[in-house]
Amino acid sequence: MADEVAEAEAAARANVAPAVVLSDVTIAFHLVGGSTYTAVEQASLTVADGEFVSIVGPTGCGKSTLLNVAAGLLAPSAGTAEIFGKPLAGLNRQSGYLFQAEALFPWKTAIDNVAIALETGGVGRQEAHARAQEWLTRVGLGAFGGRYPHMLSGGQRKRVGLAQVLIRDPKILLMDEPFGPLDAQTRQIMGNLLLDLWNADRKAVMFVTHDLEEAIALSDRVVIMSAGPAARIIGDWRVPLSRPRDISEVRLEKAFHELHREICHVLKDEVLKGYAQTGGG
Amino acid sequence: MSRLTLFTFQILVAVITLVLWYLLTSVPVSGGKPLFPPFFFSNPVDVIERIIKWFADGTIWRHLWITLSEATLAFVIGAVGGILVGFWFARQPRVAAVFDPYVKMINALPRIVLAPIFTLWFGLGIWSKVALGVTLVFFIVFFNVYQGIKEVSPTVLANARMLGMNERQLMRHVYWPSALSWVFSSLHTSVGFAVVGAVVGEYLGSAAGLDYLILQAEGTFDIAGVFAGMFVLAAFVIVIDGVVTLVERRLLVWRPTAADTRT
Repeated sequence: MADEVAEAEAAARANVAPAVVLSDVTIAFHLVGGSTYTAVEQASLTVADGEFVSIVGPTGCGKSTLLNVAAGLLAPSAGTAEIFGKPLAGLNRQSGYLFQAEALFPWKTAIDNVAIALETGGVGRQEAHARAQEWLTRVGLGAFGGRYPHMLSGGQRKRVGLAQVLIRDPKILLMDEPFGPLDAQTRQIMGNLLLDLWNADRKAVMFVTHDLEEAIALSDRVVIMSAGPAARIIGDWRVPLSRPRDISEVRLEKAFHELHREICHVLKDEVLKGYAQTGGG
Repeated sequence: MSRLTLFTFQILVAVITLVLWYLLTSVPVSGGKPLFPPFFFSNPVDVIERIIKWFADGTIWRHLWITLSEATLAFVIGAVGGILVGFWFARQPRVAAVFDPYVKMINALPRIVLAPIFTLWFGLGIWSKVALGVTLVFFIVFFNVYQGIKEVSPTVLANARMLGMNERQLMRHVYWPSALSWVFSSLHTSVGFAVVGAVVGEYLGSAAGLDYLILQAEGTFDIAGVFAGMFVLAAFVIVIDGVVTLVERRLLVWRPTAADTRT
């Protein structure tokens, strides 16, 4: 395992500037009453350009917090974040963020939701709409442009969200349990859609999930975080599966099972530790 | 219940009420007098005759127009003020904190005590009524705008920023629609209060308007006139409320109604 991490880091270094480098990032929150809560402690993570990395950990371990640092939505208390070799100051303009919660503008139709992502950058309304329509078609919602978010199903809303993020052509894709609230079938369909889109144009991806199977099926690398508070990165595995993949088929491969068993072993201890600390909640 | 049956029943309620009213005020019981003396309760025939007369000779239009202008002006001025101050306070928390006790104090004050002052300041014309309506409408709109901006989902806001919106675009695409949706959802209340402001203002002293008509009739014990004025006022409010419902449906298409919510 250690060899693999070294190899990954060497590969990242060879590629002059990796997409994301988090070095010794510590994130602490000041609580009411003067005490501090350390969510993440000294986490270091490198994501190469075009690499799909999943971050897996028990609930409440600070995975999303780490993602917010990469997005520039949150400044780390200690440590640095570098994006393509440059220190990150303010929002990460080269990234697109797919949120776990509902993030579409409820007062805009699907197509307006997608088009606005271009319009903010100064693209004209007509061109933005034409390109938004292309993207809606690409995510399988070509005929649903006129619907408002509340008229779409949960999976359809995630598709609109995906189109909204990808139409800006970000170099880095940050995803915070994007398919969390969806049912198992829809998750698989969405996973395959994501892989298809990513295969067509490989961006660096940081994918946060608590679902280890999903992480292995999608990623090039799986990073495991320990239970919070003061969560650390405790493991980093390269996924030895070929691409392109089909999520439901890849789960039947032997390599998948071996890796799953190996990681599961490490993760189980952490989940139990997490339970013990939060009193089973 | 089908629409037609429902409508039939609704009409039936009105017919029964009118018939009862007529019978109680005109059919003599023991002692040769009706149960409800017409002097105090009038009777539906007189009231309808009076309404028809008002519309036939055209006297009512001027009064309707006055009350409508008062309510409209009160609503527009109150709403614009509420939106501006609401935005200002929501975006400048320090200003909001400084003014907070005073806002609460004025809002807690029963607005009717201001009416005599407004009459002194603005006279018996429409502006004293507009001022009273403004004090009512302003606070409803203000609190809704303030809430609408404060309650923008943090995820939607973070998403907007990640999509590259600057402060001006955030205003236009996030804060404004959110605040507006709150204002529209309270439209019935604020329009209602604009009418209340106008009518109460007229009641406390006026030279024209629907409530002036009622007040005049009351002053001469003309009970038919009082009831006729009340019915015209009620019809007027229903028409305004219908217009508000139409506007609301047009502007809030993006909002789920209970029937078509899907997850």
